[in-house]
Amino acid sequence: MNIINIEHIAKIYQVGTEEVHALSDISLKINKHEYVAIMGPSGSGKSTLMNMLGCLDTPTSGIYEFKEKNVSDMTDNQLAQIRNKEIGFVFQTFNLLSRSDAIHNVELPLIYAGVSYSERRERAKTALIDVGLKDRMHHKPNELSGGQRQRVAIARALVTRPSIILADEPTGNLDSKTGEEIMILFNEIYEKGNTIILVTHEEYIAEHAARIIRLKDGLIEKDEAVVMRKVPVVREGIGVAGSKD
Amino acid sequence: MRTILFEMKESMLIALRAIRANKVRSILTMLGIIIGVTSVVVMTTAITGIDNSFKNGISALGSDVLYIDKWAWFSNEDWWKMRNRRNLTMDDYEKFKEAAKLPLAVAPVMDTRQTVKYRDRRTDDVMVNGSTSDYVKTTNFTFAAGRFYSEIESKSSRQIAVLGSEVAKNLFPREDAVDKTVKIGGVNYMVIGVLTEQGSFLLGSFNPDNQVFVPIGTIFKNFANHLHSSVTINVRAANPALLEDTKAEAEGLMRKIRGLSYDEDNDFSINQQEGMMETYNSIAGVIQIAGLFITGLSLFVGAIGIMNIMFVSVKERTKEIGLRKAIGAKRRTILGQFLLESSTICIMGGLIGLLLAILLSMMVNQFIPTSIQYSAVVVAILISLLTGVIAGFAPAYTAAKLDPVEALRYE
Repeated sequence: MNIINIEHIAKIYQVGTEEVHALSDISLKINKHEYVAIMGPSGSGKSTLMNMLGCLDTPTSGIYEFKEKNVSDMTDNQLAQIRNKEIGFVFQTFNLLSRSDAIHNVELPLIYAGVSYSERRERAKTALIDVGLKDRMHHKPNELSGGQRQRVAIARALVTRPSIILADEPTGNLDSKTGEEIMILFNEIYEKGNTIILVTHEEYIAEHAARIIRLKDGLIEKDEAVVMRKVPVVREGIGVAGSKD
Repeated sequence: MRTILFEMKESMLIALRAIRANKVRSILTMLGIIIGVTSVVVMTTAITGIDNSFKNGISALGSDVLYIDKWAWFSNEDWWKMRNRRNLTMDDYEKFKEAAKLPLAVAPVMDTRQTVKYRDRRTDDVMVNGSTSDYVKTTNFTFAAGRFYSEIESKSSRQIAVLGSEVAKNLFPREDAVDKTVKIGGVNYMVIGVLTEQGSFLLGSFNPDNQVFVPIGTIFKNFANHLHSSVTINVRAANPALLEDTKAEAEGLMRKIRGLSYDEDNDFSINQQEGMMETYNSIAGVIQIAGLFITGLSLFVGAIGIMNIMFVSVKERTKEIGLRKAIGAKRRTILGQFLLESSTICIMGGLIGLLLAILLSMMVNQFIPTSIQYSAVVVAILISLLTGVIAGFAPAYTAAKLDPVEALRYE
């Protein structure tokens, strides 16, 4: 089943008197349980496409169907609901609430979904355990390392059991070792049957996906299936379960 | 419904965290509201207090009593013209009393301010009223001890006095006043009665409890300089319904007694409580409007402070707003969050202001009577809530309308 079906979408921004075609003509389909990387140099439109896919923005023209529902002409509130229920965001800068502890950060989307306190806590706990932060539930972001913060963010993305996980440069603010650990975590999440869309400009990171879509000047340059980069031989003690970052 | 409840709880949590995280800023912001609410509450309690005490005081005058006087108590009449009127004399009183049919009681009053002493205690500037035994019938006096003087005592100008409650309290803090001898303006009087407290006036220096009543003859006898002063004639109508008739009769009689021809103006005034009430109401009205305007202004300034700080808060948390929207917060959620934050600041400020106001009212109560009412508490909280919502709306709306993409990108 298609989760995402995009047909000929374009996004045009008005900058002063000039029209900027951030996306010119993009068509693509993403199925359930895919692991897609979107690549491209800056200015290629990958951020715009990501915002579109994440229902943060609507296209100027074209059709965007999310699970066969037309997103293009949804209201702000309907988009908010789709984002809440169907999409899990992971950002480069983590975007955690600095004054809240890990578990509260993770349960946040469930509050907006109207889930009861006890269920919320239970699910947030499970999600944190899944990303290897069993002992860090009541730590605030400033008490956590970069890798741990990103794990909290991933737990927050997973907690609503979304149809897709949308990760925007998730390793951009991490050192390569920690970044690799996060990619291992994404692999695990994918193995559990989730659909992941990864936006990155690093070839090395994109190679973790099974399909790479390359953008250039608002168009798809190349859309190819690749052999997933096997998880490298993990040095002892850096595994997901260990999470000693 | 449930979602809204959870969102509210989350918003409350955010608001409290934000306030705690920016303690100094929050307190400074609150200060505007604290000052505003304090002044509103103190103002209202003071006005209510003044109002109550005035109305208590004025009721001592009696709504069915007329005061025929050389002076109009409350009017725009020319002061010089009134000054040049002939004095009202005891003779006028005698004639009036003889001829008047409608009044329940008629009594002449001649007053003088004197120092009253008892042994080594003294109280200055006491209003000493000379009158007849009928005076008590023109009042609603009740007695804490003793009695008023009788007709015989009055006619024979005996050296006896009835003390107002404050005078008695000042001179006899721990003992019974009746049968003691006090000195009024240097002359001995025996106390025969003490009145119960009537409540104090605020306007003017007239305090009904700081009075002494003596037979009118003793005033003329002991204070000769008053021999040619003007007498006031107190006239009590048989019942309040007859007040207007009594007034008409009094006016006609007085014109006749004073020998005025039809084209001459009255050379006396007939005063009544109503006039006092009107004057008071107009003064109180001005005080109220001015007070509410000033306090309203301070609240307005406070509200601007709140609005300002909420705009800052929205700006600072743009990224957080972006995140919340990205993970599913709707416009109304964000709007509610910031409204709740500004309301919380305002209500906290309001409660502190209320507390201050209560303390202040207690202090002010030493000088002018205040009266804190439960309604003031409700009003204070409502006012602060309203201020919070109004001041917070524009910033909250700005936050709610933020584009999540832009907001997430904001550094």
